[in-house]
Amino acid sequence: MRTICFYFQVHQPFRIKRYRFFDIGHDHYYFDEYANRTIMRKVAEKCYLPANQLFLDLINKYKGKFKISYSISGVALEQFELYAPDVLNSFKKLAETGNVEFIAETYAHSLSALKSEEEFKKQVEMQTALLKKHFNVEPVTFRNTELIYSDQIGEMVANMGYKVMLTEGAKHVLGWKSPNFMYCNSINPRLKVLLKNFTLSDDIAFRFSNRDWTEWPLTADKYVHWLNSIDKKEEVINLFMDYETFGEHQWAETGIFEFLKHLPKKVLSSSDYSFNTPSEVADELIPVSAIHVPHPISWADEERDLTAWLGNELQEEAFNKLYDLESKIKACTNEDIQKDWLKLQTSDHFYYLCTKWFSDGDVHKYFNPYSSPYEAFINFMNVLSDFIIRVENC
Amino acid sequence: MFGWEFPPHISGGLGTACYGLTRALAGFDVDMIFVVPKLFGGEDGSFMQLKEASNIEITKEKTDTEEFWEKLKYIEVGSSLIPYLDPEVYTKLFEHTILDHNEIKSKIFSEKFDFSGEYGTSLLEEVSRYAVVASVIAAGNDFDVVHAHDWLTYPAGIAAAEISKKPLVIHVHATEFDRSGENVNPNVFEIEKRGMLAANTVITVSNLTRDKVVNRYGIDPNKVITVHNGVDFGTGDFPDIQRGVKEKVVTFLGRITFQKGPEYFVEAAYKVLQKDPNVRFVMAGSGDMMYRMIRRVAALKIADKFHFTGFLKGDDVLKMFALSDVYVMPSVSEPFGISPLEAMRSNVPVIISKQSGVAEVLKHAVKLDFWDVDAMADAIYGLINYEGLTKMFKNLGKKEVENIKWDNAAFKVKNIYESLIQ
Repeated sequence: MRTICFYFQVHQPFRIKRYRFFDIGHDHYYFDEYANRTIMRKVAEKCYLPANQLFLDLINKYKGKFKISYSISGVALEQFELYAPDVLNSFKKLAETGNVEFIAETYAHSLSALKSEEEFKKQVEMQTALLKKHFNVEPVTFRNTELIYSDQIGEMVANMGYKVMLTEGAKHVLGWKSPNFMYCNSINPRLKVLLKNFTLSDDIAFRFSNRDWTEWPLTADKYVHWLNSIDKKEEVINLFMDYETFGEHQWAETGIFEFLKHLPKKVLSSSDYSFNTPSEVADELIPVSAIHVPHPISWADEERDLTAWLGNELQEEAFNKLYDLESKIKACTNEDIQKDWLKLQTSDHFYYLCTKWFSDGDVHKYFNPYSSPYEAFINFMNVLSDFIIRVENC
Repeated sequence: MFGWEFPPHISGGLGTACYGLTRALAGFDVDMIFVVPKLFGGEDGSFMQLKEASNIEITKEKTDTEEFWEKLKYIEVGSSLIPYLDPEVYTKLFEHTILDHNEIKSKIFSEKFDFSGEYGTSLLEEVSRYAVVASVIAAGNDFDVVHAHDWLTYPAGIAAAEISKKPLVIHVHATEFDRSGENVNPNVFEIEKRGMLAANTVITVSNLTRDKVVNRYGIDPNKVITVHNGVDFGTGDFPDIQRGVKEKVVTFLGRITFQKGPEYFVEAAYKVLQKDPNVRFVMAGSGDMMYRMIRRVAALKIADKFHFTGFLKGDDVLKMFALSDVYVMPSVSEPFGISPLEAMRSNVPVIISKQSGVAEVLKHAVKLDFWDVDAMADAIYGLINYEGLTKMFKNLGKKEVENIKWDNAAFKVKNIYESLIQ
C-alpha cells in the first residue's frame, strides 16, 4: 500500500502601502487596504472558492478515500475574516468532512524560527488558536514558513509536541536518498519528517501549463502512469504546493481544475495508491532513518535555502533591524503595536528585497508588487523607522 | 535661446536656471524665443512668448494661453533629448521605450516628423536632428543673438547662428568633466569644444567652470565670462510642516550620481551616527548610483537612520528643506549648484564642497573638500549640536542668499548681448 499526501499552502500577506519619508512620525497605518482587499477578492474568485468547492465535491464523492491537508497562515485567516468570509465558510465546510487535516504554522508566516524561539512559539500558538476557533481542530502536524527546516528547528517543533513536520526534499540534503519515505528528526527522532517530492509537485504547480515542456499537456492518465512507475517499495509521495496554484498561478483555462477532478478517480481505479493526510502517514509508516539538516533548507528557488529572504545586505539589514525590537516589543502592551509587529514579520516583505534575478527571477517578479528590490527596501525601512519610533515611545 | 527643459518639468538645476534667467531678462526688456525639445504642459510662459515646435514647419501654438506670452516665444521641438544622460544610457532607455510603447510612439511622431522619416535612435543623432530643426526655426524668426544652454543644444545654436548670421552665446552650466570625471565621452567633448570655439562669447556659471573651459578646452580666456547664477525663490511661502521625528535631520538633495558625491555623504553619515544616534540622514533624489548607495547604507547597518525619498518635485523639495537641520552638498564637481541657496533661504545651514561654483559666492557656508569625510562628519556634528553656530549660519546665511538675485545675472547677460550686437 502506497500513499499520496497532498498539502496546500494558503497564504496572503498584509501588503504595505507606499510609505514615504515624510510620513515617518505622522502616519501609523502601514498597510494597503485597497490592494489587500482586491487581491484577496481576486484570488478568492479565481482560486479559493472554486478550488474549495471542487475538493469538497471530490471528498464527498469518494467518501473518505480522498483526503487533503491545508496550512493556512494566521494573516491569511485574518484577511479571510476581513475581506472574504465566504472563503472562510467554505474552509469550514471542508473541515466538517473530517477528511481534511489542518496544519500548524506561524501566525505571521514569519521567519521567526530563525531568530527567536519565544516569538516563534507565540506565533504558532496564535495560529493554532485560530484553527481551533474556526475549524475546531488541534493540529499535530507542523510546517514552517516556506517549508524552512533544520535539525534545530525540528527539535524545537518536537518539543512543542508536534509529531510530524513537513519540509522540502532538497537534493543537497537527500543525496542518493529518496523523498518518498518517511524520515525523522536527527536530534529528536520522535518528530517524523515528510519530504516534498519536488519533481511531481512542480509538475503540477509550475509546469502544468508550460507549453514548452515536453510533457505538456499533463493529464491525469499520464500523471498516474508516472506514479505507477515509481519503485513499489517507496511509500509516500508528498505533493506539497501553494494552494493558489489552482486557478491563480495556473488559470482555470489551462485545465488545472479538470486535471484535479480526474486525478482521484484515476489514482483509485488504476493504481495501488491511497490518499492520506500527513498525520495519518506519520501514524502508519515507520521512519527509515534520520535526516540530517544542519543548515536551514526551504522550498524556494533552485538553491532550496534561505537566500530568497536573507540573501543580500538589504534583507539582512531589514530583518535584523526588525528583530532588534523584540525585547522592547515584549515589554510593550499597546495592542496596535503588537498587531503591526506580527504583520511586519511576514516573510513576503523580505522576499520583495531579493536581488537574485537570474534562475528564479520570473517567480520572484510574479509575486512582487515593487518594481525593484531597492524600492521595496526604501518603503519597508520607512515603515520600520516609524514603527521603531512608536515602539520606543511605548 | 535653446534649452532642453523648463519648469515645472525639470530633472536638475538647468531648467530652474533657464527659468530664472529668462524671467529676469524679460524684466530688462529683452524679447526671447525659447526653444526646448519637448513641452509637457504647465510651463509658466507668462513673461515670454512660448512656442511649441513638435513639427518644424507648423509651430503649434497653445491658443488658450497665447495672450500671456509677450516677452518670450517658446518653441518645442519633438525630441526625446533628456538632460543628464550620456549616449549609452540614452540608447538603452530608448530601446526600452521602443519595446514598451512602439505603437504609441509611431503614432505620435509619424504625423509630426514627415520631413526626417524615422525618429532618431541615438542621442547624438537626436542632437544633430535638433540642430536641423533649429536652423529652420532660425530662418523663420527674427532675433539678434543666439543663446544656447549646455552641450545638447550647442549644435542647434551653431546652426541657428550660421543661418541667421547672428552672434552666438554659449552658456556653460556644466562640462563633460563635471558629469563624467575623467572618463569623458569624446563625442560630447567634441561637441562642447566646437560650440565654445564657434561662440562669440562663452558664459560660465562660475570661475571654477571658467578655468575648465579655458584649460581643458583651450578656449581664449578673453571671450569667457563668468556670470554667477542667481536664485529665484518665487512667491511660495514656507510650508508649515509638523515634524514627525525628534532627531535632527541632515539632508542631501540632488541627483545621486558620481558628480554629486553621494558616497561621501553616506560615509560621513556613518561616522556621525557612531558618535550621535540622535540624527537622521536623508538622501533625496534619484540617479544611477542610488542602488549602490542603498546597498552601502544597508551594509553599514544604518538604514533605520538613513532614509531615501526618491526624486522630489515642487512642494516636496520645500517640505524637505523645512524638515532639515543641515544641508550637505558634497559635489565632486559642481559648476554652480543652486540647491544650497534654496536650503539657506529655508533657514538651513549648509555644508558645501570647495569643488562647487556656489562656494565662490557664499560666505556663510561651511566649505570643505568633497573627499574629506572626516571634516564633513565634523561639520555635521557641530551644526547639529552647537546651537550658537547654527544660529549664526541661519541668520547670516538667509540675509546673504536673499541678495543673490537673477537680476544681477540677467544684467550681465544683457550687457554681453549688447556688446555683441554693436
